Amino acid sequence: MHQLTIAEVIRGLRDRQFSSVEITRHLLDRIQQLDGNYNSFITVTDQLAMAQAAAADARLAQGGAPALCGVPIAHKDIFCTSGVRTSCGSRMLDNFVPPYDATVVEKFNAASAVTLGKTNMDEFAMGSSNETSYYGPVKNPWNTDCVPGGSSGGSAAAVAALLVPGATATDTGGSIRQPAALTNTTGLKPTYGRVSRWGMIAFASSLDQAGPIARSAEDVAYLLTVMAGHDEKDSTSLNRPVQDYTLNLNDPIAGLRIGVPKEYFGEGLNADTAARIEDALKEFERLGAELVEVSLPHTELAVPAYYVIAPAEASANLSRFDGVRYGYRCEDPQDLRDLYMRSRGEGFGDEVQRRILVGTYALSAGYYDAYYNKAQQVRRLIKQDFVQAFEKVDVIMGPTSPSPAFALGAKKADPVAMYLEDIYTIATNLAGLPGMSLPCGLVNSMPVGLQIIGNYLDEARMLNVAHQFQQVTDWHRQHANLASAV
Amino acid sequence: MAVDTQTVEKLAELARIAISAETINEVSGRLGDVLQLVDQLQAVHTEGVAPMAHPLDEVQVLRADEVTEPDRREEFLKLAPQSEQGLYLVPKVID
Repeated sequence: MHQLTIAEVIRGLRDRQFSSVEITRHLLDRIQQLDGNYNSFITVTDQLAMAQAAAADARLAQGGAPALCGVPIAHKDIFCTSGVRTSCGSRMLDNFVPPYDATVVEKFNAASAVTLGKTNMDEFAMGSSNETSYYGPVKNPWNTDCVPGGSSGGSAAAVAALLVPGATATDTGGSIRQPAALTNTTGLKPTYGRVSRWGMIAFASSLDQAGPIARSAEDVAYLLTVMAGHDEKDSTSLNRPVQDYTLNLNDPIAGLRIGVPKEYFGEGLNADTAARIEDALKEFERLGAELVEVSLPHTELAVPAYYVIAPAEASANLSRFDGVRYGYRCEDPQDLRDLYMRSRGEGFGDEVQRRILVGTYALSAGYYDAYYNKAQQVRRLIKQDFVQAFEKVDVIMGPTSPSPAFALGAKKADPVAMYLEDIYTIATNLAGLPGMSLPCGLVNSMPVGLQIIGNYLDEARMLNVAHQFQQVTDWHRQHANLASAV
Repeated sequence: MAVDTQTVEKLAELARIAISAETINEVSGRLGDVLQLVDQLQAVHTEGVAPMAHPLDEVQVLRADEVTEPDRREEFLKLAPQSEQGLYLVPKVID
């Protein structure tokens, strides 16, 4: 049962091949037996899941239930869940039990999906390897000596290890797409504002966006259909109609114009990864698509601009963690200053502290124009590159990450090397465009992800394009050699 | 760009993060690496380019001035490390 995709679970539940209680129990048992190998969950919500599954079965029996009714999922531990500890991978929130649900969680609950638990992540979503989590690193199911990517490494690893068929995730600079690429899963970061950020713990508010990770484009379409939509509680969420993203998956893609940015195939890209991407592009040509060379000349400035803007926003967002209203407080504070300094010094890990300090620097008097203002100007240049490219093409394709998963610890001591992991994903966050990653082959038995970048609010087309690719390839159906359950 | 420990101390004070004397050299080294990365921006010609604060040119939405949130003061106060009689407790600020 654990091998089933979401589309197959939906059919199985409706044809009464199994109940939601049965598949939920089965997956909870698997998590209990196997997740010690991967550390992909921070919290498993056994009792909640079983109660939700029983309620979903009752709703299915009545008829007319929503598509995802009874389907088990997991939430990244960045989404507030009422009554369930929400840590954001940080000691700061180790004891935080929110009194409300994030809008994304509320939507899945309303659809009667079943929550198996909360997945591991880089602390405050800051990282590309899942090694900054207070709860220990996540291991890549394809090779447990390697990282699963980050920051949504727990969601990606749980899906890849067949512990859950789909999970929510977030992406500020690549945190959905890079872990999806490194674990052979399919993930989509929607257009900025397509999914509500309410109740999603903020990292960099002008870049953060939630999306799903699953085992096929079709499954991603099911999850996105639930997640997307305007929310009065998030003034940055877009008030545009939401389509059922599963409806256009089978449209033919003959005549599709695919932009191939030359800057995404330069120095720094692993040669074997490049070969897998080229193979995928040839597959699209066989499907009737046309490849068009495009240029995104400001590509190499995306990482520097991001590492001003994201830390600047983070330093402001994370000022709320003060040891006064909720979260971690140090022992025996001498005075109020000591309370702030030590609560934050002890509650935040190294990478989070580093980014707060960089952001504080970029925003401080005398440096604002040289750093923050400059980065925002460069941000516009990066966006304009994409606007010009999309005058000529329907989608843009390239690698998701420069190479397959690296060894645990390999880049931990070198922040800049870690930041360059996201060289191909960051620009879409700066521009606010949707991006996705899907499996397109293996290099030395480790997965490679193809990135599809779409125009604003063009998620349906991206999913259609990805689904068509997955009809003629079977990379997304390949699984890691997993430890077996008793 | 190198960052001296004095600058790091000032930033740590502004950000209210205690950094131990043992780690301050390492912190300033790493911070210097990151600032060197972002200093690539200085070479870009950006005259006349309007800064982009946000990906979409959306207008701020307005809503009717009505009470929509219920009073959940007790629930929220329960999350605090220390509270008393409806107030958050911190060490004494004024003698």
